[in-house]
Amino acid sequence: MFLLLMLAAYAAGAVTALALPPARGRRPAAACLALGALAGAVAGARVVITGQPVGWELPSSLPGLALLLELDPLGGFFLCLIGLVVLPAAIYAPDYLASPAAPDAAGGAHAADGGRVAGALTALFILSMSLVVAAGNVFTFLLCWEGMAVCSLLLVVGDGATEERRGAGRWYAGMAHAGFLLIAACLLLLAARTSGGAFADIRGASYGLGTGARNAMFLMALFGFGSKAGLVPLQGWLPRAHPAAPSHVSALMSGAMLKLGLYGFLRVVFDLLGGGPPWWGGLALALGIISALYGVLYALLERDLKRLLAYSSIENLGLIFMGAGLGLVFHGAGRGDLAALALLASLFHAFNHAAFKGLLFMGAGSVVRATGTRDLEAMGGLIKRMPWTAACTLVGAMAIAALPPLNGFASEWLLFQSLMAGVGVAGPLFAVAMAMSVGALALTGGLAAACFVKAFGITFLALPRGRAAAEAAESPRLMRLAMLIPAAACVLLGILAPSFGRFTAAALAAVPWLDPSSASFRLDAGFEVRDGFGRIAPAVLALLLLGSAAAAWGAVRLLASRRRRVGETWGCGRIGQTSRMEYTAAAFAEPLLRVFGDLLRPTRDLTIEFHPESKYFVRSIGYRTRVRAWLEEDLAGAIRRLLRPLGGSGRLIQSGSVHLYIAYVFAALLAFLLLARWM
Amino acid sequence: MIGAGGGATGLGAILVEVLQGLLALLLAPGIVGLVRFIKARLQGRRGAPPWQPYRELAKLFGKEMVVSRNASWIFGVAPYVVFASTLAVALLVPMLAAPLPIDRAGDLIVVVYLLLLGTFAIGLAGLDPGSAFGGMGSSRALTIAALAEPTIALAVFALAVPAGSTNLGRIVARAIEDPGGALSPGHLMALAALFIVMLAEAGRLPVDNPATHLELTMIHEAMILEYSGRSLALLEWAAFLKFFVFLSLLANLGLPWGVALNPGASAVLVAAAILIVKVALLAAAVAVLETRLAKLRLFRVPELLSVSFLLALLAITSSFLVE
Repeated sequence: MFLLLMLAAYAAGAVTALALPPARGRRPAAACLALGALAGAVAGARVVITGQPVGWELPSSLPGLALLLELDPLGGFFLCLIGLVVLPAAIYAPDYLASPAAPDAAGGAHAADGGRVAGALTALFILSMSLVVAAGNVFTFLLCWEGMAVCSLLLVVGDGATEERRGAGRWYAGMAHAGFLLIAACLLLLAARTSGGAFADIRGASYGLGTGARNAMFLMALFGFGSKAGLVPLQGWLPRAHPAAPSHVSALMSGAMLKLGLYGFLRVVFDLLGGGPPWWGGLALALGIISALYGVLYALLERDLKRLLAYSSIENLGLIFMGAGLGLVFHGAGRGDLAALALLASLFHAFNHAAFKGLLFMGAGSVVRATGTRDLEAMGGLIKRMPWTAACTLVGAMAIAALPPLNGFASEWLLFQSLMAGVGVAGPLFAVAMAMSVGALALTGGLAAACFVKAFGITFLALPRGRAAAEAAESPRLMRLAMLIPAAACVLLGILAPSFGRFTAAALAAVPWLDPSSASFRLDAGFEVRDGFGRIAPAVLALLLLGSAAAAWGAVRLLASRRRRVGETWGCGRIGQTSRMEYTAAAFAEPLLRVFGDLLRPTRDLTIEFHPESKYFVRSIGYRTRVRAWLEEDLAGAIRRLLRPLGGSGRLIQSGSVHLYIAYVFAALLAFLLLARWM
Repeated sequence: MIGAGGGATGLGAILVEVLQGLLALLLAPGIVGLVRFIKARLQGRRGAPPWQPYRELAKLFGKEMVVSRNASWIFGVAPYVVFASTLAVALLVPMLAAPLPIDRAGDLIVVVYLLLLGTFAIGLAGLDPGSAFGGMGSSRALTIAALAEPTIALAVFALAVPAGSTNLGRIVARAIEDPGGALSPGHLMALAALFIVMLAEAGRLPVDNPATHLELTMIHEAMILEYSGRSLALLEWAAFLKFFVFLSLLANLGLPWGVALNPGASAVLVAAAILIVKVALLAAAVAVLETRLAKLRLFRVPELLSVSFLLALLAITSSFLVE
């Protein structure tokens, strides 16, 4: 019922955006999308809470090509997650796109068609994301997965007017399709053993597969879905595509679409394949750790606000896959109770990341709309001109830095506890590996805090570093409302974390071998793991913090002097302060750049021009430092070198003649028929 | 909301909590004054009396506050966030009795991230007035905090595995019940690691010099350079409190005897007296250490922290082998 309402609302959104002139059509289209998001969240929540899957089938005469929707608790959970991102993004979009100043709003008012197609594509993108999690067979899943990739690709490329957008499009198209091929191969191999490719049939059939086939399918699923989630070494498209897309689309992509990489991984590896040997999980865990550290280090050094957020998404998806990988390890070691704990951490963090990353991208969009730039070094002082955006972004920054009592802390705490639980599971070597993972997780947390002090502090605090920042204006009311929704979610999910944890645990019931009732966590007023190995009560912590702050404020108010004077910033006797004296984003990150210099390999140029008379007088100093994302660039270069000769030889069979292509199709069909007959 | 958890419940436990908070707040400046006093004597100076910090706080609270015209509301709110998060930590760390019901609200990981909340707030406040000093201070403070984080987490891990809990009250209670465990090599190495990190987190030598006003070496002092009056008083008090909490945490983890296992009035009073003695002894040790050590260059600090990381890793490995 709600599922159909959601589909109808999204479809109506697409039609409205296409049919009405953009100036009048944006708000009705947004209203449709917001309605669809609410309906989807309700549908998803109902399935999670009741545990009863809902389904709907559009039969087809061809075997395996029926459209089958079946929403189970795991899909319902992700449908709620998508709704949480879509609702604010839909409210945000109309005013954001109407502004002429936003340089990244390629689908905005200054596009050739006024943004009609982009509006419709956004609706279709959301629709296909929602259908991915509701897909009940291989055909539906692959169709929607590809629809999601193509719509988002077109939104990233936009009008293709700049080299940045075209380059982002090439990266994204390459990665998305390489991933799609792996996923398609994996799912089709699974479907080959059933008649219609329905997930329900595959579940039973997959246990009969040989070890080699299962391992190959796992690797295809890991790298296929990992390319969507931005796991290292498949992360290169993320820092290119997110900045190029309009900010509400970035919010949708980073907040919702990346999580579908996790959804697909869980669906195929946990549900359809039913788990596997411990090394599967170990590999996912290792990739997660590497992605987390990689993402946060490059985020820390980035000076482009939206690229910084994209790198931070790599970090967070890394944390999410750490949880999922750990769950697989525990399952492989026969500890289903601990696997449930690790998966709870993973899903919880996925939901939290949807809330704060959606919020941060919308905050960044507001800043970009107001200043016309994404360069941190041109910003500053925006907190005074854009107080609402600043306050919401601050909540997001604190949540993503995992500061209590906000939501990021609750899920990172669960992840810490899951890693610590790994000590007794396998031999001493594994215990040391767990200890190193705990260290890596903590380092990620600390670096994320440094990164978001930089991102928020340089953007919003101190004096404006440029004219655009000095003249920035606050966003319109709807955009502010849109940012308040995920900001409230960050606070509520943090304080009411145990209640939401129960909801998340109910979603785990979809995985057949996970039994949440025997899981090694308890959720009452607080989180408790492993019979009191660790326990927190986030609401009590929030009260404790608020109470301490209120007591301090009251005591100071009563007892201390109330005199206050506004003066100049102290400056060792210099007259007047300018923004040139402020710390910059590059300077802020410099100590950590030096500490991790061996990994990041920065290049530095220092040119000093001396006075001709004496070397003691300097005319000018030039200092340039550049950090190249060498892993992505070198890897892409290697692949390009490998593929170029192949592409050249592929040209031999291309003639442009339609007859010839029809002959190819015929030959291929014949070959497959013969092959099928022979096998 | 906090159900029956350990040895203590109800009104008595709340009284112990309040007493603990007040004790920490009131004693913290005196302990820092004691460190300064001993250091002065060791360096051949007469030095200010140990109660000098109380006078400084009283003076600052009575003074006018000067706020930069470039600063925003972040600058005004940050001292309260820092103070509140440190006070919350002071309430979570078992000082007088263990385990108290509040122990079930937060564990050692919470303590670590509450301290990070304070660092986050003061780091933003350092950038807010737009002075180069403040930016330099927050950049360095966040660098050190980020690099210290893995070590703290590992030390937490090393303490939690043998005790079977990350909640501090249970760790301390377990150490009292099993004194042999408190002297095991794993526990001692974890404590050594925690001690090194504590020096970094509390801004003591050899990582930061709390007495310096030389811009090349400042970290914490650079961030709070713009503060004056009651805001500065709050920040100073929070820094004293943080130092005190660290010392009592180390004292109660290393030498847990004296912590009351039941919140009876006499037991708690004895515990308070023993705590003061333990913390004063540790403070004297820090004073001796700070007299003997020179400040490290900023880029040598990661080496110190990696030593501490290694100690914590060894602690975990050894606790695993001993099992």
